[in-house]
Amino acid sequence: MTTQTVTGLKGKHLLGIADLSAEEIGLILETAEAMKEVGARPIKKVPTLRGKTVINLFFEASTRTRTSFEVAEKRLSADTLNIAASTSSVVKGETLVDTALNLEAMAPDMIVMRHASSGACHLLARVCKSRIINAGDGMHEHPTQALLDAFTIREHKGRIGGLKIAIIGDLLHSRVLRSNLLLLGKLGAEVWVAAPPTLMPPDVERFGVHSTTSIDEAVRDADVVMMLRIQLERMQGNFFPSLREYFTVFGMTEERMRRAKPDVIIMHPGPMNRGVEIASEVADGPYSVILNQVANGVAVRMAVLFLLSGASEGDQL
Amino acid sequence: MTYLLKHGRVVDPVNGVDGDFDILVKDGRVARVGRDLPAEGVPVREVPRGSIVCPGLIDMHVHLREPGQEHKETVATGTASAVAGGFTAVACMPNTDPVNDSASVTRLILERAAEAGLARVYPIGAVTRGSRGEQLAELGELHAAGCVAVSDDGKPVVTALLMRRAMEYAGMFGMPVIDHCEDPSLKADGVAHEGFNASRLGLRGIPGAAEEIMVDRDVVIAEVTGGRAHIAHMSTRGSLRAVRAGKARGARVTCEVTPHHFTLTDDALEGYDTNVKMNPPLREAADREALIEGIVDGSVDAIATDHAPHHADEKLVEFDRAPFGIVGLETAVPLTFDRLVHTGRISMARFVELLSVNPARILGVTGGSLTEGQPADITVLAPDLAVTIDIGRLRSKSKNTPFGGWSLRGGVAATIVGGRVVFVNPDVAGAQALAGA
Ligand SMILES: [Zn+2]
Ligand SMILES: [Zn+2]
Repeated sequence: MTTQTVTGLKGKHLLGIADLSAEEIGLILETAEAMKEVGARPIKKVPTLRGKTVINLFFEASTRTRTSFEVAEKRLSADTLNIAASTSSVVKGETLVDTALNLEAMAPDMIVMRHASSGACHLLARVCKSRIINAGDGMHEHPTQALLDAFTIREHKGRIGGLKIAIIGDLLHSRVLRSNLLLLGKLGAEVWVAAPPTLMPPDVERFGVHSTTSIDEAVRDADVVMMLRIQLERMQGNFFPSLREYFTVFGMTEERMRRAKPDVIIMHPGPMNRGVEIASEVADGPYSVILNQVANGVAVRMAVLFLLSGASEGDQL
Repeated sequence: MTYLLKHGRVVDPVNGVDGDFDILVKDGRVARVGRDLPAEGVPVREVPRGSIVCPGLIDMHVHLREPGQEHKETVATGTASAVAGGFTAVACMPNTDPVNDSASVTRLILERAAEAGLARVYPIGAVTRGSRGEQLAELGELHAAGCVAVSDDGKPVVTALLMRRAMEYAGMFGMPVIDHCEDPSLKADGVAHEGFNASRLGLRGIPGAAEEIMVDRDVVIAEVTGGRAHIAHMSTRGSLRAVRAGKARGARVTCEVTPHHFTLTDDALEGYDTNVKMNPPLREAADREALIEGIVDGSVDAIATDHAPHHADEKLVEFDRAPFGIVGLETAVPLTFDRLVHTGRISMARFVELLSVNPARILGVTGGSLTEGQPADITVLAPDLAVTIDIGRLRSKSKNTPFGGWSLRGGVAATIVGGRVVFVNPDVAGAQALAGA
């Protein structure tokens, strides 16, 4: 494990991996190790955020991420409040800024937000006094996902620098991709991305990655294979002709996995479309760490909440 | 309204004038331009030291929002903004509510302009009824009511057949068709220039090709019909290439570039400020450089602002939900001075061609020169004025600009319309003398 040269996060918010240094990423991952221990105790709860209020403001349905944050907040003893878009006043024509300012009146310490628009968290951070944690903004970033992915990779490989990591799927619309490219780049991984040209972000090479339309080239000798979800509605946009053809050209099968290193791990941020981007045998295979990702999500989110809460000085875990 | 404007550097490229001249303004018109004209009892108004006196600037692409969107701008506030920015005339786009597709809307705009008594206003009529892209508006009636051009700005004229008919038919009245060039299927729900910045920030892209395909088409239609196409707010090097080629073949095509497109690139998207969201979007450095080269070599005919006021509340939303557009009337002159003149890219004569001579010629309106007998529409420029863009002081009703706080060199000393001094810049020493006693 690396030795930490920083003891706190520079920024007030976590809007994206773009704002974090490699040292800060290291600190979050180290802190997450300690948090994971908390999760292994018989009583999985520490008083660290007692008296702090965290609002989970979700404008997009996401059982997985919302639940993960909620568990993390409860383990840290924070008071949590869940607001889902369907029950919020946004549907009545209230703007995001109005909604946020109304919530601020309850003096939350932190707001965890998921929103369909890229940059929505930046807007929130401009108008709110609370600390903002981005739980996914449009096609932009999903920083805690990338952090938990990094945590999972480190857990299995002991390091990130120097690994060959292949990311395959709907790259164009993926915030998970963008956060991962930034994070893996900062930590020195060799990243390959593969997708049909229609689902490749323009100028993706400028992230410092190799891009290819050949899944086999991306997977060859990979240490880590990360599959991204294919949204079924992309077919209507003519990004590819059919799910069947997508699976034929870009689906991850056991045969394709054999081109990777023998100790390869396969990851997926979920939810998976079995038989579209990933075969069931692969998703459930021995190299799959998909469920570890879910478990690690809680620890990483605890670490982020803890580090941003300002509670880090001298508090006991 | 008779006085002698004394001791300015007069730049009037149409008459080949660039030097220290006096201008005798008589009954609202330019009576004489000459060296050391005798006062002969006429009151003398000294222009501030270092001023440049030129034919009134004309912004051929603004949105005044009246009728229907008066919370954003009115003809009165928009023309106040225009004269504060040195413009003696503006041509306003028809995407109001209702759309300016009838003589009654045109007349309303002209009445409001007369009441305000600031800049001249030249309405641009809609190409199609309601700008819906289906059926031609009554272009003859619009022309008779005072429209100087037609456009469905905000949207392109989508079908080639309609564009062909519009160019042929509008040509009968001497009006150009001003096209907001974008292929709607390629633009789709894009909000920013398609490139690395949009990729990085997760913003849906608008490829340069969305504009270029439509520019290419319009150039070809202008060529085959002999009609006149004017490309609004041209933003890419590919569009410039198409316009250049068309001009070389003799097509009657002209184009304009906005100050924001020759100043900014899509690097400004960082931080998701909705005041850098405009359509066409800010492009990449190679496009900006090409546009400047086009401005320098004459391929670009005009600088126009696409002044697009939006209320602060409308812009204080998520980036992809914000309306496109920024205000531009009060920043155009400082940006043009700072980025093009003081960097040595263009001469003052070219400045005047881009902002006065060519807009007047393209729209077929008076102005563009200080020829004796012309209305005395005159802009007095302060080329070395240190300008800091102060959003709080903008005359426009809307403040949606990314240039707030920018320090620029070059501004406006005073604006004269029909001999009347309608704006004096309090920041320019001695400018008050221009207003007379
Ligand atoms: Zn337009
Ligand atoms: Zn416009």
